[in-house]
Order: sequence, then C-alpha cells, then structure tokens
Amino acid sequence: MTKEITITLNGEKQTLEVEPRLLLVHLIRENLNQTGTHIGCDTSSCGACTILVNGKSIKSCTMLAIQADGKEIITVEGLATTEGLHPIQEGFKENHGLHCGFCTPGMMMRAVELLENNPNPTEEEIRWGISGNLCRCTGYNNIVKAIQYAGAKIRGDELPSTEPEFI
Amino acid sequence: MIPAPFDYYAPTTLDEAISLLQELGDEAKILAGGHSLLPMMKLRFASPEQLIDINNIPGLSYIKEEDGFLKIGALTKEAELEHSDIIPGKYPIFLDATKLIADPQVRNMGTLGGNLAHGDAANDHPAVMLAMRAEVLATGPEGQRTIPIDEFFYGFYMTALGETDILTEIRIPIPAAGTGNAYHKLERKVGDYATAGVAVQLTLDNDGVCTYAGIGLTNVNPTPLRAERSEQALVGNKLTEEVIAQAAQFASEDCNPSDDLRGDEEYKRAMVGVLTKRMIHKAMERAQ
Amino acid sequence: MIKCDTPKEIGGMGHSKKRKEDDRFIQGKGNYVDDIKLPGMLYMDIVRSPYAYAKIKSINTDAAMAIDGVVAVVDGKALEQYNLHWMPTLMSDTQMVLPTDTVMYQAQEVCAVIATSRYAARDGKEAVIVEYEPMKPLMDPYKALDDDAPLLRPDKEGKTDNHIWNWKAGDKEKTDKVFEEADVTVKEQMHIPRIHVASIETCGCVADYDKVNNHLTMYMTTQAPHAIRTVIALVAGHVGLTEEKIRVISPDIGGGFGGKVPVYPGYVIAIAVSFLVGKPVKWIEDRSENLQADSFARDYHITAEMAATKEGKILATRFKILADHGYTDASANPSKFPTGLYSIGTGSYDYGTSYMEADAVYTNKPPGGVAYRCSFRVTEAVHAIERITDRLALEIGKDPAQLRMENFIKKEDFPWKSPTGWEYDSGDYHAGLQKAMDAVGYDELRKEQAEKRAKGELMGIGISTFTEIVGAGPSKDFDILGIKMFDSAEIRVHPTGKAIARFGTKSQGQGHETTYAQIIAQELGIPMEHIQVEEGDTDTAPYGLGTYASRSTPTAGAAAAVAARKLRDKAKKIAAYLLEVSEEDLEWEPGKFFVKGAPEKSKTIQELVFAAYTNHPQGMEAGFETTHYYDPPNLTFPSGAYICVVDIDKETGQIDVRRFVAIDDCGNIINPMIVQGQVHGGLTQGIAPAMYESLIYDDDGNILNGTFMDYLVPTAVESPNWETGHTVTPSPHHPIGAKGVGESPTVGAPPAIANAIVDAMSHLGVTHMEIPITPFKVWKTLKEKGAI
Repeated sequence: MTKEITITLNGEKQTLEVEPRLLLVHLIRENLNQTGTHIGCDTSSCGACTILVNGKSIKSCTMLAIQADGKEIITVEGLATTEGLHPIQEGFKENHGLHCGFCTPGMMMRAVELLENNPNPTEEEIRWGISGNLCRCTGYNNIVKAIQYAGAKIRGDELPSTEPEFI
Repeated sequence: MIPAPFDYYAPTTLDEAISLLQELGDEAKILAGGHSLLPMMKLRFASPEQLIDINNIPGLSYIKEEDGFLKIGALTKEAELEHSDIIPGKYPIFLDATKLIADPQVRNMGTLGGNLAHGDAANDHPAVMLAMRAEVLATGPEGQRTIPIDEFFYGFYMTALGETDILTEIRIPIPAAGTGNAYHKLERKVGDYATAGVAVQLTLDNDGVCTYAGIGLTNVNPTPLRAERSEQALVGNKLTEEVIAQAAQFASEDCNPSDDLRGDEEYKRAMVGVLTKRMIHKAMERAQ
Repeated sequence: MIKCDTPKEIGGMGHSKKRKEDDRFIQGKGNYVDDIKLPGMLYMDIVRSPYAYAKIKSINTDAAMAIDGVVAVVDGKALEQYNLHWMPTLMSDTQMVLPTDTVMYQAQEVCAVIATSRYAARDGKEAVIVEYEPMKPLMDPYKALDDDAPLLRPDKEGKTDNHIWNWKAGDKEKTDKVFEEADVTVKEQMHIPRIHVASIETCGCVADYDKVNNHLTMYMTTQAPHAIRTVIALVAGHVGLTEEKIRVISPDIGGGFGGKVPVYPGYVIAIAVSFLVGKPVKWIEDRSENLQADSFARDYHITAEMAATKEGKILATRFKILADHGYTDASANPSKFPTGLYSIGTGSYDYGTSYMEADAVYTNKPPGGVAYRCSFRVTEAVHAIERITDRLALEIGKDPAQLRMENFIKKEDFPWKSPTGWEYDSGDYHAGLQKAMDAVGYDELRKEQAEKRAKGELMGIGISTFTEIVGAGPSKDFDILGIKMFDSAEIRVHPTGKAIARFGTKSQGQGHETTYAQIIAQELGIPMEHIQVEEGDTDTAPYGLGTYASRSTPTAGAAAAVAARKLRDKAKKIAAYLLEVSEEDLEWEPGKFFVKGAPEKSKTIQELVFAAYTNHPQGMEAGFETTHYYDPPNLTFPSGAYICVVDIDKETGQIDVRRFVAIDDCGNIINPMIVQGQVHGGLTQGIAPAMYESLIYDDDGNILNGTFMDYLVPTAVESPNWETGHTVTPSPHHPIGAKGVGESPTVGAPPAIANAIVDAMSHLGVTHMEIPITPFKVWKTLKEKGAI
C-alpha cells in the first residue's frame, strides 16, 4: 500500500507516492536527494536529522514521510537565500562552530527555531535548547558562540568578536 | 532503524478513529506524537500491523481553564505546554517537568496524551498528574467517560484505556489559592529517563497548615506511584522539617525501585526521599 | 607567544583563519559516504549474533530470500569458497569476516543480506533464522588465563591459552630495589573502562567493483585510505584484486577519533559481494551496530605504584597492566608497540626509575583496542601516573600542585631521557602549571575548600599535568603491518601561482584544508586562500599512513613545510637567474626574494612560479611541483596543565564541574582558532569517560548500553564552558616547531576530573574512584565512608 503525499521542500512543491513506513529523513535523503540532513542514531537521540516542519524543529528520523503530507519542510539546503548565508550559517563559520560538519545541519536547524522563539538567549538557554543534538567534535563552546552571534545578527545588534579568546 | 511494514489510516473524526479501532482489533496502534511508538518500531521491538494516525482529527489540542478545571487536549504537545500563557501562573510544575522531558525536538512532537497513554512508569507526566489528581477523559464506542488518575495506571505499561478507547482530554482541578507545585527528576544526562522523579502539589491555608497534598513518583515502581502515606503525613499539619522528613521517609519506603544502570534500589529509595523533601520545599515557596 | 610573521593576506602560521572547508558543510554540501548513490546500487544489512559465544547450528535464509527485493544472503561458508572469510587485523592478529561455525562476541556479523533497497535489506535481515548453541562466554579478563577457561582461539595454530602477548619496559630489578628502600610507597588499582568513539557518523562504505575492467573503487569511512588499500590488496590479491586495481576514496568523514582506522568485516563483505555480483554495494551501520560491534578503546586494568621520599621527591613508578582485547587484538598500534606508547606513563616528573609490564588476553567481547581520540594508550598511561601522583600527595600531606612543581622536569633539562627510553623534545611544565593556577585562582580555591569542608560541604580541585607523545613516528621503530609511519605531501603550484596540495593523511574534522594551506602559505608566501588541499583519494594523493594519534601536523604538516621549502629553494634559483645575482645575495621575506641591500630589486613568488613554466633557467627542470615523504627524527611531546573544580551535592552525589582551566603546550601554533577548537572538543571527550561513558556487559556477554539511550554521550548541558590557553615551547626537531594537539585534552582531562572528585572527598578517607564517576558511585562512596 502506498499513498500519495504532497510536501513543500525548501520552497518547492513535490508530489510523491510513499510507503507508509518510509521515514521522513529517508524521503528527503533518498527520494529527494537532499543529503544535507544526516542520520546519526536509531533512537531519536542525536539530532543530526533535525529539520523544520511548519517552522518547528523535529527529528526527521522519528516522523513518517506520510505524516508530512501537506506540510512545509525546510532543511539545511533551504537556509541560504539569494541574499547570502542565513545568520546561523554565518555564525557557525565565523565562530568555528563545526569540525567534521556531520552534526552541523541538524544543529543549525535546531538553532533556527531556538532563535525564532528567543532571539536573545542566555548561554544556559542555548545549552538546554540544543540538548537534543549531539556533537562529538567541538565541545559545544563555539556552537554556543555561533548561536549568540546569529542571535545578534538577527536582532540587528552589534556583532560579537569572532576572534578566539585565550586565558 | 527501519520499521516493519504496516497499513496507515488517517481518520479525520474521532468516530472514524474509534470505528477503525473496533474494526482492526488489537494489532492496530494509535499514532499521536509517535515518539514512544516509532522508536520502538524502528528497533522492531514493536511491529503493529496498522497505525491509526489521530493527528488529523481537529479539536484535540488546547489548553484552557473551564468549569473549575485546567483542560488539556490529548494531542497538546509538550512544547505547547512550555510556551502556554496559562501554565506559568498556577502550574509551574509543568514547566519543571517539560524542561526535563527528552529534548526540544521531541517536545515539538510528543503529546501529553501519548505520555500518559503509554503507561510507562518512566514517563514524567504520570507523576505530575497523580500529584494534581487529574482525570483522564477517554472516548470510546459508548461515548465519553472520565477516569480518575488513581485508577488509570494499573500495570506494567498498562492503563485503564480499553482497546477501542482514545484518550482525548486531561482535566486538572484548578488549584485553590495557596497552592504550589513542583517537579524534579535526577537524570544521568539531560533527556534521560528519571533515576528517580518526584512531583508535589500542596495547598496551605493562612496559618500554614497543609490542606491538600499530592505526591507522585516517577520510575521507582512498576507503575507510576502516588505516595499516599507521605501525603497523609502532610495534610492537617504545619510543614515543619520533622513533618517533611517524615513524608520523605514514607515516600522512600513505599516505592519499589529496581537495580539498573541508573543506580541500585538503595540509592533510588534515598533519592526519592531527597527529592520529596526538596519538592515539598519548592512547592511551599510557590504556595506563598 | 604565538609565532605569526606573515601578513594576514598570506595567512601563514599563527593566524586564526576561518576554515576553508566550512562553506560546504554549512550549506549541506558535505559529501559523506551515505550521500553516495551509484546506478544499480545494492544495499547490505548484517545479521548479528545475539550471543557472545555460540556455535552456529544452521542459517535458514528461505524466508529472507522470499522477500521482494532481497537478492542474496552471504554467510561465512560462501566467503570460504573464495578464502575471504578471514582477514588480518592491523596488529597482525586475525579476525573472522564472517563465521563458518562459531560466534565470539555479541553483535558479531553472522551473515549479510543484499537487497535492492535499504528497506528490503532490513526486512531480509529480520527474516533470516539462525539456530545457535550458546556457550558460557569468558567475560572477565582476570579469568582468561585460568585452567578452566575456554580456549577462545583454537583457530590460531599452537595456541594453548588465551594469552596474546607480554610487554615490558624499564628496569625491573632497579625499580623493585627503589620500592623496597623508599620512605613512602603508594598503590592503587584502576580500571580505564572500555569506551567507544561514537563519532556522529557511523561507519559505512560503497564498494563498486567493475568486472569489465577488474577495478574496485571503495568509498569508505576511513582515516587511513592508503593503508586500507594495501590491506584490501593483502586480503583480496589472490582473487585478482591487486593494489593497482583498487582505488580507496575517503570522502568527508563525520568524525573518526580512531574508530575509523580499522578494517571492519562489513567493508570486506561489501567488497566481496560487489566482486561477486558486479554491482555497487552500500553498507551503512546503524548506531547500535556501531556501538556494539565496532572497535572499542581502553579497557586496561592497571596497578599503579609510586615510591618517594617522605619529603615528596618521586623516586620510581611501577605499573602492571592487564589488557582486555576481546575476541582479537584489533588495535592499530605500531608493530613494535603492542601497548602503544604506554611507556610515556612515567609522566612529567624527573626521576630515573620505572618498570612497566603488560599482558593481553582474549575474551568474548568485541575486538579492538584502538581508539578514542588517542589510539596509542597514552590516556591510560596518563590517568595512572596523574592519579598515583595525587595519591602520593594525599599520603604525605602535600598540596598536589606543590608536589608537581617540585618534581617537574626542568625547562633547561630538555631534551630529557625518560626511564623508559624516550627523549622528550622540549617543555616548560612549571610555566604551564603556574599559568593554570593563576587563571583558576588556585590559592583562593584552596581557602574556599577549607571553609566549605568546615561546613560539611564538598568541593574539590583536581590537577593533571601531562606529557603527551605524538607524531608517530621515526621509521627505525615505527610501522603498521610493516609499512613505515612516515607521511607525505605533494605540492603543485600552477603557472599563475595558485596551488594544489595533496596528502597521505585524511581530515575527519581537524581542518586540514585550512591548516596545511597555512603551513604552505607560511613557507612559500602564496596566500592560503589560493592553496587547495586534497586528501583521501589513493589514486591522486601520495602514500601516507593517515590521520590518527595526533600525527597529521607532526608528520604530514612537516612534509608540507619541507616540500614547500624545496620549492622555495627552486624559486631562489630562478630568482637568482632572473635578477642576475648569485643565490647568496638573495633574501626572503614572505612572498618574495629580494637582493640584499637593494629591496627594490625583487621577484614575487608568483613571478618566480610563472617563470618556472615560461622562462626557467636552462638545465633546470621545468615546472613547480614536488613531493616529500617526511620521516620524523623523533616523536613530539606536547604537554598540558589542567585544573578542574567540582562541587558535589552530598545528598544526591551529583557532580557540578564549576570550572575547568586547560593550558596546553603544542609547540608552535598553526591556527589558534582551530587549536582551541580541538582542545574544546577533546575536553568534552575527556569529561565523557570521566563521568558518563563506558561500555557495560553482563556475565552472559550482553551489552547493557548499546544505544545512545544508555551510552551517555555528553550534550551541551553536561559539557561545561571550557577555559583554555596555551604556553608555546616549540619542538626543536620539527620543521615548523609544531607538536600536535588533537588528543591532548582527551588524555589530560579525565585525571583532572577524577582528581577533583577524589579531592572533594579525600578528607573522608577516599583515595581513589573508578571512572566514569557517576552520582550513584559518589553517593555509594559517601555512604560507605559514613558521610551521609
């Protein structure tokens, strides 16, 4: 049994036939070839597959493709516009918020919603806000900085320094 | 991480959903937020033959005070509890609990109804509901019925919901003036299930005498547990350190935790005692 | 001071240049192995054993084969026909690819299902019925040598017990004598638990065998593509896959930390299947498979002892180790070093006598012993020496910082010969610890601690002052499977002065595309933006042993500098020719040669490169490219001084890491931003085994925490805000004075944390706690000591 669904992925409307058990992350990666969204676990723990569905950050490994019928999806590929990088992308690059890059798309998609809800989060709010995303490389310090930088950019405040600070 | 095949149904009315449950029998499962069910299906610990997705049924997601109750639609997501304007005033216990449930993305999908209907003693809301004496509204072929929370959890992963029932609403009596509530759990890392968790709701009169006490425990018993002796130790008394210590002692005695990677029985009993004491204090502060 | 003597436009060493690789990663254009999709590609899923030790009685594939899309089920007997059912490990041990009769650990590969889709392969896996005859597994390494222990490796000719090897270093007789005569001796038994790298990308591959051309392209998650190509040729050469017919491509790697060095059975099965069916085969592990079956790290049981005078002068150390390797020794240590570089464990202290001995055994656990951001056992060694040093401080009642200051090797005593034979290249340990103490406010913290203790509150301060050993290694001693541990760089500068550089290493997040470009920019004066770095394709990159054990900068980074210098020498010859002066009359400044005393007469590097293609001197070889294979004269010895401050909630045992100050010395710094990033990440991978992670098995061989639900990788909430800094003591033998840094923080952090927690409870009689130190363990200890 397959079912026809229609989704909007990064602004493009797509109609597809899907098996009910198809996971949304597989729909995006395999059927629609947008491989920026990653898979890092099988227990909804790591957050590498985080995307936005109707503006909410969700783990696309724990949603069926069929549940996304009629919904608007944004993945990492949909962040930048013709104007340039999204502030969160700029924040990650300028603040060395990534090493291997594998958790980065999910981490950024989560941060986008975090900043949407709270454009000026404290360090603690950021740390709790990204607690559903595991990063094995960075130790998180610079991810926190990246999100603070993006917040400042979104708010139109003066941008914090991106030079590393040493004791 | 791939579920076994299943048939998928997406009813748009409750009646339709209930008919499907009647028609399909016990191999069918209800899909709400899916964050307990889908992970189990991906690991093939569960392989239902049919999924009935109730997310397309309108009118099951709301938070409102009405008729003396805080009424929460079963499909209300954890994140909606976190961001609701109604919650912070009288129900900060929900903010305590939701912050500690899984993680933000999971809370964007996970529902209050699902958290209860799963019947898992490791979930956090059951203890909160026990402390607040909630009622659960179940809708089935015969119509609606309310189930007091004390009668809801009655076995390991078992609830009072019948095979053709759908949990549709949670009703919490609006707390009287002078009420405070609080929840905390110890977890090995953020998002973990509780090593031990304690929910407390208290009402104090003008003299500081406790007129209501509700205490619920997370993950220290085969089912979510109400610490009744602890509640009785509080009601009718001024909450002195001795009274609180007695209540904490009862809670740690009355639970039945098992040894696991989170700790052994002795540790968990002790943590129930510590958290009961701390949550009573926090609820007292909030009752002011 | 950080050396920084090129202008920002050139971006040589010392500049915090933003990373060149980031543009693709932040836009979802990274290319990881699971992103590769080839026409006609098949998918593989692996049936794994639920038992730790069992005979396979039968494998029934009928139901699996009946599933739409399943094309084959491959078992050990099928591979045996081609003699592909066994493979060598990197330690010259042997390992089953697929079993023909017995499984040796839980989650071992039993057979592989091949299908036209990922979903069908998974369904097929579920439908395979395997009948086992379970046996009682050997889980306790201390029982491995008992008479009644089962002989786990009868496949190894002449093997009569479960002993793998014995290793010794230092002088036993002399050490024993010092211990007998010393005023003070201390001893602790410690276990450095089995842990898992858990890089967020799991392992996987796409094996693409082209029957017509008899050529294999292997896309895979490997940190060492060249070495892997050689191993594949060794395993499959007899079926015609000789080394020139194999191309290994390591695309972007989502974290490695050592876990992507070994050859796993899944890779070999995928190759075998692709070879047999002539179609590309993709295999991607699930997380649980990754945690349960891929190489573990650590699992050393250590008895650590220290002898000293009563005033606290360290005289000798003694270490006895039992190494649990699981089913096979699948470490990735240099051949001559079965315990890796454990012998660095004499530490940062000036004393002349040490003896170490290790025995390794087989058990029914998954094989390995490779990695967790430190493949060569330095973490185990540093934990033992730094814990036992604190134990001595406690014994004689001396402040642990003071004890360390009094025993450090002095700056002027380098190069320093260690009791186990290493020549430490350089260091300034006093400066590092002083800087850390000043930053954390050490004396005030000790006062605060005394006040808190008086009130019954628990607060601890822990120090770790470690010496690392990286950059393996000099060819006279270092090889893996006989291949010497040099590494390589090839630089080609195009006529317009822009370059491509290729390396035998492979970044998994370390930022090589940026740092290597900076090294070349430093030496050649070409702006780093115009230097393209490539790694990971064995058809194009020069041979090298890969990236692990913090060896990239010490080896390939050195190769880049030396290669660039060779090119600069050529540029100088061209400059002399063009400016019509002798080479001796020329001076270099970043980006150009000029005539001494006449700086207006100069040629830029771009002009000189152009001339190499358009107007080179007669007799000189045209073009501007070179390759260098760098064979390091010595290892490098980074160091660090870490201080951790913890507060403990007495009632719950919960540990709050209040502060963590890390001062690292990795010699000259190529990119301060990247070095700091490496330190941050390594510290979180240090707190992980100290407080959260360990792989736990029951007596029946079942793993109890084989998913991310229970294998507790720290999130941003558990990971504190790291405070970092550096001292700079260049390596005297390294071309750019750099030492390597990636693994230092993972090595140094666990003992600092453990020392802090023990320190918080030392007045209660606590002398040691085993990592990971959890609230549960703390509470139990407090209970035992009568403190609650």
